[in-house]
Amino acid sequence: MTDIKDRVIQIIAEQAVLDPSDVTLASTLDSLGIDSLGLVEAIFAIEEAFDISIPFNANEPENSEFDIASVASIVAGIEKLVVEQRA
Amino acid sequence: MKRVVITGAGTINALGHNVAETLVAMRSGTCGIGALEFRDVERLAITIGGQVKGFEAEGHFNRQQMTLYDRFTQFTLMAAKEAISQSGIEFSGALADRAGVVLGTAGGGVSTWDDNYRAVYEEGKNRVHPFVVPKLMNNAACSHVSMEYNLRGPSFTVSTACASSNHAMAQAYQMVRSGMSPVMVTGGSESMLCFGGIKAWEGLRVMSKDACRPFSANRNGMVQGEGAGIFVFEEYEHARARGAEILVEVIGYAMSSDAADIVMPSKQGAARAIAGALRDAQISGDQVGYINAHGTGTAANDKTECAAVADVFGPHADRLMMSSTKSMHGHLIGATGAVELLACIMALRDGVIAPTIGYEEFDPECALDIVPNEARDAKVDVALSNAFAFGGLNAVIALKKV
Repeated sequence: MTDIKDRVIQIIAEQAVLDPSDVTLASTLDSLGIDSLGLVEAIFAIEEAFDISIPFNANEPENSEFDIASVASIVAGIEKLVVEQRA
Repeated sequence: MKRVVITGAGTINALGHNVAETLVAMRSGTCGIGALEFRDVERLAITIGGQVKGFEAEGHFNRQQMTLYDRFTQFTLMAAKEAISQSGIEFSGALADRAGVVLGTAGGGVSTWDDNYRAVYEEGKNRVHPFVVPKLMNNAACSHVSMEYNLRGPSFTVSTACASSNHAMAQAYQMVRSGMSPVMVTGGSESMLCFGGIKAWEGLRVMSKDACRPFSANRNGMVQGEGAGIFVFEEYEHARARGAEILVEVIGYAMSSDAADIVMPSKQGAARAIAGALRDAQISGDQVGYINAHGTGTAANDKTECAAVADVFGPHADRLMMSSTKSMHGHLIGATGAVELLACIMALRDGVIAPTIGYEEFDPECALDIVPNEARDAKVDVALSNAFAFGGLNAVIALKKV
């Protein structure tokens, strides 16, 4: 699972044009300067990296089944999806 | 400057195969959005759309024409036939030399691209039909209308995503108003309801899986539609001289560019186009009774559009009506402004305001009279039609009762 965390942080850091060491589990997308378009792109990159499908609608980010409140919640969501979708 | 009137209208879309059927559906708040039917739809996450059902091109076009007409061209020719027949105009001699066609489309022959990519990539074929290029090109529909009706004047296709039709009609209007041409055929067509077309939109994650609910707090995205809307724009004295029935007058337009973001709308850009249209039409804001909104049902568009209208109209924003008929026919992308112009014509001519259906929850950021769920009778003298495209390109058209 550390592997998932590291790869997600790497993808998010790349999207934010930051060094992965500047992205922590407590970071929010807002604090990293990732806008809605950047978020959609990051989700696509994560889907490609883990070969999963993430339920996310840009019109209602707070209502999507996928929680994007922080890097920690994104990582937790992906860990869950990876287990479910690879089962 | 010449006065410009509309003497013919035609359409085919998810609500009807002609103007009369479409207006009946708009009046009764019918939803034309349903399950998409085409090859590989089961591989899509988005499976609803405003698809034209029950239309068989075979009955309307011969075999030779079918090899040249993509679905977006078929829609265009159906709508053009209705519009030109209503106007009663015939193009010959000097008139034909000056009359042209300006149409809008965002994607052109999308399903022709899709079918042929499938053939060469997925099925491994190494040969495609010789007419793939003339079938898919964005100007194919425009050219076929010009050939069918002998329109030999200025003709071209405009492509500005979701504002394509409004930009096209603004251009046609300008050409008649300036005296360059006495009659122009204009509007737009779109048909991207195929696997590749929807798959591309899916990627952006702005599509709704269940319904288009413009201005509703629980809206969750746009729903795509397809079809065409075609009009005959004619110089007023020319129309009068031949005793043509005048549907409405086009009195102004404006275009603007946000110069800001490739997908996020800008309140300032939208407001400049709306205010510009009022200025061009030489009317004050309080004369406007109805606005056909761009109203896509996305979180971003609807609140931005309402804020722009509030900015331009001030206190009058609370008195005017603004509805989004995309809730019924879906978002026709490059054809959307053309089909939505019909709602403006209905408001001005029949005094019926098409509703925004699917409205469920009040959104304080969209606190205008959006004519929720049921059509309304109202006397309207001036109407606007908004279109705000991806890429930040905006075009607003102003119409007046005759």
